[in-house]
Amino acid sequence: MNPFTLLTSRVVPLPIDNIDTDQIIPARFLKTISKEGLDRNLFCDWRYHEDGSEQPDFILNKPEAKGAQILLAGDNFGCGSSREHAPWALTQFGFRAILSSSFADIFRGNALKNSLLPVVIPEDVKQELFALRENDANLSITIDLETQTLSLPDGRKVEFPVDPFAKYCLLNGVDELGYLLKHEREIAAWEARQPWALNTLGA
Amino acid sequence: MKSSPQAFEGLRQRGLKVRQPSRTIATTDHSIPTTSRSLPILDPIAATQVEKLESNCREFGIPCFGFHSEDQGIVHVMGPELGLTQPGMTVVCGDSHTATHGAFGALAFGIGTSQVEHVLATQCLLQQPSQSFEVRVDGVLKPGVTAKDIILALISRIGIGGGTGCVLEYRGSAISALSMEERMTICNMSIEGGARAGLIAPDDTTYEYIHGRRYAPQGADWDAAVARWRALPTDEGATYDKSILIDADALEPMITYGTNPGMGISISQPVPTPDSGKDAIERDSIRKALDYMALEGGKPLLGHPVNVVFIGSCTNSRISDLRQAAAVLNGRKVSPSVRTMVVPGSQEVKRQAEAEGLHEIFRAAGAEWREAGCSMCIAMNGDQLTPGQYCVSTSNRNFEGRQGKGGRTFLASPLTAAATAIQGTVADVRSIL
Repeated sequence: MNPFTLLTSRVVPLPIDNIDTDQIIPARFLKTISKEGLDRNLFCDWRYHEDGSEQPDFILNKPEAKGAQILLAGDNFGCGSSREHAPWALTQFGFRAILSSSFADIFRGNALKNSLLPVVIPEDVKQELFALRENDANLSITIDLETQTLSLPDGRKVEFPVDPFAKYCLLNGVDELGYLLKHEREIAAWEARQPWALNTLGA
Repeated sequence: MKSSPQAFEGLRQRGLKVRQPSRTIATTDHSIPTTSRSLPILDPIAATQVEKLESNCREFGIPCFGFHSEDQGIVHVMGPELGLTQPGMTVVCGDSHTATHGAFGALAFGIGTSQVEHVLATQCLLQQPSQSFEVRVDGVLKPGVTAKDIILALISRIGIGGGTGCVLEYRGSAISALSMEERMTICNMSIEGGARAGLIAPDDTTYEYIHGRRYAPQGADWDAAVARWRALPTDEGATYDKSILIDADALEPMITYGTNPGMGISISQPVPTPDSGKDAIERDSIRKALDYMALEGGKPLLGHPVNVVFIGSCTNSRISDLRQAAAVLNGRKVSPSVRTMVVPGSQEVKRQAEAEGLHEIFRAAGAEWREAGCSMCIAMNGDQLTPGQYCVSTSNRNFEGRQGKGGRTFLASPLTAAATAIQGTVADVRSIL
């Protein structure tokens, strides 16, 4: 996993509530057996016309979206399916952080495991950022994970919450599996206390 | 299965084994065709994914109820059917509708590919504590009103983010009166209210359902298991972080009009107008949904033409769902303008339905009787709407394009779906009961 520390980037706005993972990456692209190549189908049905040509009005197709690493989205981002293809597609497109007033639980967990930072901001800050971005297509903000602060263009700082363990993993670029594997003894001891556990193999 | 190849690849890259193959199972559901099993899978990408699952399971020693297994089915249908889901378990799967298994008093939730890898390797997941959310449903459902209507009503009230961070516990007299299959329908859609999981306390209904199933404890183990399970229900007088009360007597058949499962109304109500939104963003959401659905606010949905009726999915493809649909379709014909698909949730449901002659009722009515799988709920297998088509669907998601790019979904119960198939337009099943 790539470490995440400080990020300064332009902002791509998607002022829509309840953006579900079927919009982020439609189910027909989940038949792949690899993690690669999902970026071209990110927001596929909003991004392309029926004939496959780009929908020029959609924000990801506008010049100011190119190279931007921060997505600013409406409430309850990432609801619906548990597909991890959603954060894979977002990170492959180049996003490193998403700002919203709330995130769906499964998406938030999946994002954190892919070095994509879900930043929960108060509703009024979100509305203010949408308004600032409306007036300035080059609006740029800085996210500092170490201090858990967002720096607005006028210098104001907004704090955001992050689970301490997820923060440790992001800052150091380590994943949870390594941590879990270190607890082999405790896992084995717990399993030994569950004699009634399911045994599908019948052994 | 839709997210497992990358998890197995992750294990391989780290040289890890599956820690407990005997506590792990696999089946094929999302990508497989629902045409005859004697035919090969025509979509080469889907065929590769199915083959990959089966070869990964062989390599890692996991029991796989695959494409040709007589136990194959949607994991949330075949798992409980085999007695694999039991009270007090923690059940996870790379699918958000894993919440279904909470109907047994198991803590069950959907996970992404990384966490599938974590569980395969360690049997462990790191979790944040959840909040508790009591959903009390008291009273008696009226004829024509089902478990599906309870859950659609709940989501329309709390919204699709209303359960974020919470585990829902469904309780009350109307919940206790439900069968296990009805309880599964309710818990299944907990995720549609944004909840991490949904639970129902195990009781005699639960134990009767599990008893004698293939992977259920037997003999003295059974008695010990039931004794353990009886200790699981919530204590009398326990408090919850949140609560909501639903009056079952007041419920009507529900249907969704918009592009998320929270956009639901009683079937006799008009479609909301954008003005009814509480703020600018909600007004925009309704406007955008009505645009996508090509519906006009203020008009009724009853009588709106539909092109397809889909009866199936992990929400409503169990034998009791098919019996309800068959009872409505028996001796009647589906409208010639409607394609009606009935897709059983598992091979076992299919066998049972055929033993009862339900397939003959469906075929005589002019409906398609298909093989088990997720089918048009997620439209990964070729079963899909064409742009602009309307579908009354017993599935769980009406997101834009969920049932095929440009397709428009109305979520409802099997009773409402069957009545709609006959009438050719959105119908109130109570008018023909």
